[in-house]
Amino acid sequence: MRRVLICAGTGCVASGSRKVTARLKEELDRQGLAEQIKVVNTGCHGFCEQGPIVIVEPGDIFYCQVQEKDVPDIVAKTLANGEVVDRLLFKEPGSGQAVTRYHDIHFYAKQQRLVLKNCGHIDPENLDEYLAVEGYEGLKRALTTMTREQVIEEVKLSGLRGRGGAGFPTGVKWEFAYNSPGDKKYVVCNADEGDPGAFMDRSILEGDPHAVIEGMLICGYAIGADEGYIYVRAEYPLATHRLRVAIAQATDRGYLGENILGTGFNFKLKIKEGAGAFVCGEETALLTSIEGNRGMPRVRPPFPAVKGIWEKPTNINNVETFANVPVILRKGGSWYASIGTERSKGTKVFALTGKIINTGLAEVPMGITMREIIFDIGGGIQKGKEFKAVQIGGPSGGCLPKELLDLPVDYDSLTQAGAMMGSGGLVVMDETTCMVDVARFFLNFTQKESCGKCTPCREGTKRMLEILTRITEGKGEMTDIERLERLAKVVKNTALCGLGQTAPNPILTTLRYFRDEYEAHINEASCPARVCKELITYWIHQEKCNGCTRCARSCASSAIAGAAKQPHSIDPAKCSKCGVCIEKCRQGAIVKLTGKERQLVKH
Amino acid sequence: MSTVTLTIDGIKVTVPEGTTVLEAARQAGIAIPTLCHDPELSAPGACRLCVVEIQNMRNLPASCVTTAAEGMVVSTCSETVVEARRTILELLLANHPEDCLTCAKSGECALQDYAYQYGVRKAGFAGERHDYPLDESNPFIVRDLNKCILCGKCVRACDEIQGRTVINFAFRGFATKVATPMDLPLGESDCVFCGSCISVCPVGALTPKQMLGTGRVWEMRKVRTICPYCGTGCTIELNVKDGKVVGITSTPEGTVNGRALCVKGRFGYNFIHHPDRLTAPLIKQPDGSFREADWDEAIALVAEKFGAIKTAHGSDALAVMASARCTNEDNFLANKLARAVFGTNNIDHCARL
Amino acid sequence: MCQCCCSAEPVVDPKAQKLAGVFSKYRGEKGALIPVLQAAQEIYGYLPKEVLESIARELKMPLSKVYGVVTFYAQFHLKPRGRYVIRVCQGTACHVRGASQIMEALQEKLAIKDGETTTDLKFTLESVACLGACGLAPVMMVNDETHGRLTKDVVLKILEQYE
Repeated sequence: MRRVLICAGTGCVASGSRKVTARLKEELDRQGLAEQIKVVNTGCHGFCEQGPIVIVEPGDIFYCQVQEKDVPDIVAKTLANGEVVDRLLFKEPGSGQAVTRYHDIHFYAKQQRLVLKNCGHIDPENLDEYLAVEGYEGLKRALTTMTREQVIEEVKLSGLRGRGGAGFPTGVKWEFAYNSPGDKKYVVCNADEGDPGAFMDRSILEGDPHAVIEGMLICGYAIGADEGYIYVRAEYPLATHRLRVAIAQATDRGYLGENILGTGFNFKLKIKEGAGAFVCGEETALLTSIEGNRGMPRVRPPFPAVKGIWEKPTNINNVETFANVPVILRKGGSWYASIGTERSKGTKVFALTGKIINTGLAEVPMGITMREIIFDIGGGIQKGKEFKAVQIGGPSGGCLPKELLDLPVDYDSLTQAGAMMGSGGLVVMDETTCMVDVARFFLNFTQKESCGKCTPCREGTKRMLEILTRITEGKGEMTDIERLERLAKVVKNTALCGLGQTAPNPILTTLRYFRDEYEAHINEASCPARVCKELITYWIHQEKCNGCTRCARSCASSAIAGAAKQPHSIDPAKCSKCGVCIEKCRQGAIVKLTGKERQLVKH
Repeated sequence: MSTVTLTIDGIKVTVPEGTTVLEAARQAGIAIPTLCHDPELSAPGACRLCVVEIQNMRNLPASCVTTAAEGMVVSTCSETVVEARRTILELLLANHPEDCLTCAKSGECALQDYAYQYGVRKAGFAGERHDYPLDESNPFIVRDLNKCILCGKCVRACDEIQGRTVINFAFRGFATKVATPMDLPLGESDCVFCGSCISVCPVGALTPKQMLGTGRVWEMRKVRTICPYCGTGCTIELNVKDGKVVGITSTPEGTVNGRALCVKGRFGYNFIHHPDRLTAPLIKQPDGSFREADWDEAIALVAEKFGAIKTAHGSDALAVMASARCTNEDNFLANKLARAVFGTNNIDHCARL
Repeated sequence: MCQCCCSAEPVVDPKAQKLAGVFSKYRGEKGALIPVLQAAQEIYGYLPKEVLESIARELKMPLSKVYGVVTFYAQFHLKPRGRYVIRVCQGTACHVRGASQIMEALQEKLAIKDGETTTDLKFTLESVACLGACGLAPVMMVNDETHGRLTKDVVLKILEQYE
């Protein structure tokens, strides 16, 4: 039987996939094909930019950016006759070559999908589809053939490390909770994915919620817990919905609740919806929030494994970590450990965003180089621009320069380079990205999200942001760099929780690798990337301008003057530096001047 | 009880298991600055001023919430530690009015003392400062949140000592402030003005209104005594300047009450020097007015009248009501007067009510 | 003579009745404050003082604690909100693809600033850290609907859908 898989992840829904589904069902009914073809709404394929994505099985045919109007063609040609609709195929960036099969697309071909394997290929709202792909087999193996200690050993053997931030070995963490005395223990799944630029946890929850539930169940069995919470951030309504459906179905079928699989193991699972605070992704803040308090982190130790929710031993892992567990139990820890590097095992999902051609989720074996991720999977930099830096690990991470492109991506190499794995956000920057502005962007974020409990983070992030803002506005002094560096180090050393301790990372890495940009802002009033508005002037090259008036007509501030077919000019006093004129100009006559160049237009 | 031995600044210290590094250091006579720490309150580890360097530990842990462990090697005054503390003080001062000249807390302000100790002359970081209105909505407590360093001791005192929980942290990040529900002035909240918050505030954010302008801290003589109101017997300290009581404070050494007092005990002392206070006996005239008399005349008159009543109606026609404001000695004598002189057991005391 | 309304149907506020239902659902449950606040905000659209007071009473906790929690989380609002809440993503990917221009366009069109609500209580405009739809940057959400690949023109057209 032919199956049509239509992505119903947040991204594709936003691009209109619900309409495509409705139209397809209508069309199949009309052509009397409804009985022979099964339409499945799946989770995210991680290639949201190309959405809505439609896959036809068998044949592995991959259609992208499918709209309602394309549906009749898909039905008439592909579904009825097995022909491919060429115009809907994905074209490789660069070569422009159309690719028919999903697995032949470079973006996917170089990936190794363990965690994302089911995402986009099963209906996340249908437990049977999960069961059909060995779902709950890991749990079955753990519950029926292994002792709790053996499960922990298996996870330790796999070498799995926490995918949410610092990379603590998962099996060791479980062992702590297992060893903590207590009649009541909890398992918590951190689904408060808040790093700007990271969306792998959302995709997993939307595409394969049962995998996360199965991971939590295995953990519950291993540490001796009978209750769990999934803390989902408020901004993910679809993920929350899918989880609710999955929990209800799993409960119905005896995978959750009392006497699971007839083994006497009990486990109930509740969803806690976040209320909008990034800091709640920090594990102690998350627990405080579950308890109904202001999400302010607590001092560790005692660690959650000893005193977690309501002072009971609690094991907390993030979505991606739990999603790795079923496959480890199914295929064994040593199999899992064969993937990756010496100290970083398995795969990691990265969210590729920024100035990269293929925006999306890429799951790769640990140890692959940054270059492979960005250029082979990501397709390189947009518009033929030059790669400048990659920001890895979100607001807690750092910016790495092109000299480090061949750095293997694993926990330890990244930390050594001043960044961190974090949740796996990977924001690619090109020559038009100002590194001081990037640091300011992240500090603005952490400053807003600081809980306010400890002095260094509450006051320190504010002052660091102010210094950075001064520099981007051309009001910085050389002593500011020294002051910034000193403050960054103290905040890193003294803040109470992970948010504060890592907040200075974007500053420290940009100072380490792009110090010259800071100096240019201060000493030459120049923003080399021509981003910082206060340091640039828009200027029309008089010889290149042909007086087409497109720029003047598009200028919202009426800052551009000039007669038709005469060179135009920009009044710097009126110009709001929005950049629309540059996009409109076909002659490449409008440029941004910075530093000494600006004297050209000083009257 | 088992003990652990650790080394702090080269000194070996043995402390009971569970002791914090801060307490251990203090036992060894090593001073570590703290702002949010208070032995009577729970420990949030929030101000980070008490950070120390501990071998094999990442970053600089806060000593107030780090438990001493066997073999730990702690440095409380390494260059990194001093640099961190100095920076934290600079950060606090960057968001704190520089008005020590007129601040009521000057002289017993922890922030001022530490700034002096660590040689922090200026804030060091220019930028936004809080600009909250002064809360003078009530007769007892002046709240100047611009001076608040968010150590949270007042929040914990209100909750953990007084059990009122009228104030709490509100908002977050740089906008965090200590607030009443709906951020109303204290006078419009459920506050009972026990002033426990004032007693724990390390800076000038919370000050007793009645003491404003009455003298500098170092001009006050503190006279420890017992609160004259009820029978609880709270320890108070009279703040005496030029022979006048200008305020009452509490002390952690108060055996019954610690630093807690009630609104009357802490703020109800104006009667002492009040012009309406009776300082000489008055005798009522036939027309209803009072005439000042001396003690000999007054006592003779009272004795005569009591004697007349006792003769006419018997001893039990008399009764004595003693006051809690009197000293124990006074009350003892009142008891003697009733039983031995009047011959009645009709005696009671207001604190029993 | 009795003038009270005891013979007539008692006047019940449907919202208060719903809130009472929420209380009974969460009665005795630990850590109920945040879900109760979420449910209450769902009912009232925001969290008026009286609602906070009754929550504090029902959950037997100090009002100052309720207020502290409400002001900590971005999701809770003490003032009435628009029927449509527009959340403009300001995440990294959206930032580098011009999210600030989208925000500016919305502010201009609705004549309100970030965090404000139009006087007719139709729209509330907010910035949000990341919506996790980075592939479609710049992105915004209107209530539970996500809209991606925004440009100034697209945004204005989307607004019209919510007339």
